[in-house]
Amino acid sequence: MSTVLNAKIPSGALHEKWDNYKANAKLVNPNNKRKFKVIVVGTGLAGASAAATLAELGYQVDAFTFHDSARRAHSIAAQGGINAAKNYQGDGDSINRLFVDTIKGGDFRSREGNVHRLAQVSVDIIDQMVAQGVPFAREYGGTLDNRSFGGAQVSRTFYARGQTGQQLLLGAYQQLSRQIGLGGVRLFNRTELVDVVVVDGRCSGIVVRDLLTGEITSHAAHAVVMATGGYGNVFYLSTNAMNCNVTAAWRAHRRGAMFANPCYTQIHPTCIPQSDESQSKLTLMSESLRNDGRIWVPKNADDARPADQIPESERDYYLERLYPSYGNLAPRDISSRAAKRLVDKGHGVGPLKNGVNLDFSAAIERLGLDVVRERYGNLFQMYERIAGEDPYSTPMRIYPATHYTMGGLWVDYELATTIPGLYAAGEANFSDHGANRLGASALMQGLSDGYFVLPYTISNELAPMLNKPVPTTDHPAFVQAETEARNRFNGYLNVSGTRSPDWFHRELGKIIWDYCGMERTQQGLEKALSELPALYSEFKKDLRVTGTGENINQTLEKAGRVDDFFQLGMLMCRDALDREESCGAHFRSEYQTADGEALRDDKNYCHVSAYDWTGDPMAAELNKEKLEFETAHLATRSYK
Amino acid sequence: MNHLTNLKLKVWRQDGPDTAGKFETHIVESVSDEASFLEMLDQLNERLISENKDAIVFDHDCREGICGTCSLMINGRAHGPQRATTTCQLHMRTFSSGDEIVIEPWRAAAFPIIKDLMVDRASFDRIIESGGFITSPTGGAPDANLTPVPKPVADAAMDSAGCIGCGACVAACPNGAANLFTGAKISHLNVLPQGQAERYKRVEAMVNAMDDQFGSCTNHGECSAACPKEISLDVIALMNSDFRKAKTKNRKQLSRG
Amino acid sequence: MAQTQETLRKPVNSRQSRAPVTGTALAVRKQRSFLADLYSTAVGKKYAMAISGIAMMGFVLFHMLGNLKMYLGAAELDQYAEFLKKLLYPLAPKGAVLWILRGGLLAMLALHLHAAWSLTVLNHQARPVKYQSARDYEVANFASRTMRYSGMIVASFLIWHLLDLTFGVVNSVGTEGEFVTGEVYANVVRSLDRWPVAAFYILANLLLGIHLRHGAWSIFQSLGWNNPRFNSWRWAFATAFALVVVVGNISFPIAVLAGIVKV
Repeated sequence: MSTVLNAKIPSGALHEKWDNYKANAKLVNPNNKRKFKVIVVGTGLAGASAAATLAELGYQVDAFTFHDSARRAHSIAAQGGINAAKNYQGDGDSINRLFVDTIKGGDFRSREGNVHRLAQVSVDIIDQMVAQGVPFAREYGGTLDNRSFGGAQVSRTFYARGQTGQQLLLGAYQQLSRQIGLGGVRLFNRTELVDVVVVDGRCSGIVVRDLLTGEITSHAAHAVVMATGGYGNVFYLSTNAMNCNVTAAWRAHRRGAMFANPCYTQIHPTCIPQSDESQSKLTLMSESLRNDGRIWVPKNADDARPADQIPESERDYYLERLYPSYGNLAPRDISSRAAKRLVDKGHGVGPLKNGVNLDFSAAIERLGLDVVRERYGNLFQMYERIAGEDPYSTPMRIYPATHYTMGGLWVDYELATTIPGLYAAGEANFSDHGANRLGASALMQGLSDGYFVLPYTISNELAPMLNKPVPTTDHPAFVQAETEARNRFNGYLNVSGTRSPDWFHRELGKIIWDYCGMERTQQGLEKALSELPALYSEFKKDLRVTGTGENINQTLEKAGRVDDFFQLGMLMCRDALDREESCGAHFRSEYQTADGEALRDDKNYCHVSAYDWTGDPMAAELNKEKLEFETAHLATRSYK
Repeated sequence: MNHLTNLKLKVWRQDGPDTAGKFETHIVESVSDEASFLEMLDQLNERLISENKDAIVFDHDCREGICGTCSLMINGRAHGPQRATTTCQLHMRTFSSGDEIVIEPWRAAAFPIIKDLMVDRASFDRIIESGGFITSPTGGAPDANLTPVPKPVADAAMDSAGCIGCGACVAACPNGAANLFTGAKISHLNVLPQGQAERYKRVEAMVNAMDDQFGSCTNHGECSAACPKEISLDVIALMNSDFRKAKTKNRKQLSRG
Repeated sequence: MAQTQETLRKPVNSRQSRAPVTGTALAVRKQRSFLADLYSTAVGKKYAMAISGIAMMGFVLFHMLGNLKMYLGAAELDQYAEFLKKLLYPLAPKGAVLWILRGGLLAMLALHLHAAWSLTVLNHQARPVKYQSARDYEVANFASRTMRYSGMIVASFLIWHLLDLTFGVVNSVGTEGEFVTGEVYANVVRSLDRWPVAAFYILANLLLGIHLRHGAWSIFQSLGWNNPRFNSWRWAFATAFALVVVVGNISFPIAVLAGIVKV
């Protein structure tokens, strides 16, 4: 029996929905706010901004991070910038244009109401961050500078050198720190969520594991916010940080929160290719490089000559050839797939033949070395450090890598999951990016959720709960969840097999990347779905975790995370298999146009796929939320 | 891709904050020169697990030099021999076959060792909590372009704001001082127009919080040399001068700080 | 719960106290008078070091300049000594201003030593367990790392120097002459004619130069005198200052030993 998913979109015209919502939302009296406790899990952009804002309002906030400090979350690694419909450049941008661009970018698989709200509050984000001291790039006159990003036709991206994510996260972290200092927030660092507790259908709190002592404890609250990031590390190799994981979201899913669109995973076209078997992660090079670099491969497969010895006539500038109007700036998914096809055909470059050239020689000739150095100097330096080659003289080698996950916990307009009292924000939810995310929109969404959406929707939820008792941590549900968690972690320690968690993670990643990566086929996905359960049962039988559970044990932490990645991996493949269309980042080879473009099926798949936990990820129950487009019109993307 | 062979690793092992530690020697038979330093440690850990031994504990996360989680004193230098490079961005091609590599945790009273190579750097957070922010509750911000910020000022703020809070400055400082970290945050906020209202309150609170936990600056310059983001010693001078002003300004007569 | 100032001083043991972090900025600090407040911080102590350093730099420079009169002969130098005693005379009694200056210098020296000593203690507390492997310093140089030793040797030389040429206690040991107050030229030549004394004098002055070079530069940092336009001059100033003082001072024993300056 499938559940009817109600997104609770407010009434009114699209641009009035958020205002209508705010006008009608229930409020908590300032003196009563301190009677409510809100737990925020994760202290990245969404989590830190939500925790800080809720504490400013007067709620008791407990914030949890598995990092040593709230400043470490992977939001920090975003390079490019943050979009906002400020129209400071007077180039025709508007809230509506940002809305339409985001809907189109998401290939019409996102919810109009949410996306429009995102575009609306984007302008407040910039005001807020500037007031907090984020040193955005400026014009000489002192006003904010903008650039065009990821093929957008307007300049709406605000940036702080190549470290926008870092600066925004530090801004939010500083606000959170202020509240910690003032006593508004209690911060639990190096503490990882291991379970979500639901009592009588309502989220009553969480169970956490102290990473330093292994102690498992419960925390009760009136509401819980999951701001725990994406699950890109299911691929093992991704641009995510080593510790990014799906555990918090997955544990919520196992307790009844639906998981939406798990197969929507974004591939970033410009990462440094893998250099050897031992590689632990991939590093992204800013997409801005494609503004001046030309992408090519040798026309002859297996051409092993160094780049400078391959004459122009034997080079294939394939993006310029295939997509003349966008050329090297073709959208992320399109350029990623083009690179994959050529590498698969043997045209790859580099020692492992696993990359394509991103060549700056033409730019250096046209602009001069100094201009190129000024524009990209720090990126070139970073590349040289990692790859050991000088991109001024040798073309960079790049290859696509997993970067962001659009899927996540299903949430309604209020960012509430299907467990009342449990919210999801930032990359952890599925809400705003549809099947593909625009460049520079992830930071925008995280901050929008944390600063400007959750504080309103949570008060609406809490107001009727005033002075009503909520379960405390001695409730049997907490005790049971704690016991289950203890048993789970003891279980990893007691398998005493032969393989480390990392080994299983790598094997899992290979399967997911091969069959549920950039290009998916029915056959491949079915193969993955037959291999995954086998590998997972081997994981349960042959895992080896050394050390104890009473001291910091990174191997044990990893085991828990890999366990959850396995289950998610199966759901991802099932979702990808179920979605018999190509849309955004989800590309099924069977569904493409004659010239290799994604072929959407709006008749059968214009919906959100939200899965309900049944005890087995292979048998998760699919629920559909129909997507209605009243303002934006369903259209096919074309970048020719 | 070449391989380095026969590396002799001396790694600090310590069970907990209050137990004695010691160097443990491991021979790494072969590692790709394309591997990063931490990937080399990953491989060593894989081997330790296969030998049924505890993996070496070390902090790391983004592995692209921005989160500031990784640390390590490598051959007597914070973040190893390459300038302006975090440990996670250090690659094995910087070393040669047969090298002896000594790996120690960062040592400072304010950075107690948690286990092996992992230390607790929460003392940095205490400094930020004391005043490393601009009080600007959500919702009340004026339009972002209302207050122009001259480009050189924005650039200078960004230079300081690039700090990743890794603690290399403290680790490298012969005195265990945190002046570069504190100075960087103060300089970031104190040069911006938005930071003026709390300028002197901020520097006083942050210097006090720093003083409570760290050593003092004797102008060696090791901090800046070890800093993976090459934060300049100038931030310390700015902190010192703002601290002096903070003690003498009549703040009731300051309309802008 | 607010942490008190005292508990902050001791870093929180990460293993035992795993209580959540909150209210860390609520501690109220003790109110102190302005100078005590300033001096209670490490940054304030560095101001004290810098300001006392400036005073003593002024002294060593003028001391050296005054002593250059040695090259003009006994009369000139002795007369200069007399002039110092008569500063502001007859407005002030003879020697009064000189003693005030000496008192001030002594106070500066005491302040410099106290600040240095307490900062050293603080720095030792900041890293109770040293690195167990050899450090590979990148820019910390001999001068910066030996400030406390060069300072101590210079201070001990200062005591000798006062006993030698101010109080005359050790001035004539090993010579056939006798210390006479006011006959500065003769006293100097008598003392420096002994090669171990001259050697100590030269050594101490070389260390003084090293101390001065790092110290003179540090003043700018510690007091926050920083302006990109002039920053490159700070090292130049420190080097030039140290060089002038050292070359001037060292020339005296060399001149005496070489017989250029003699009775």
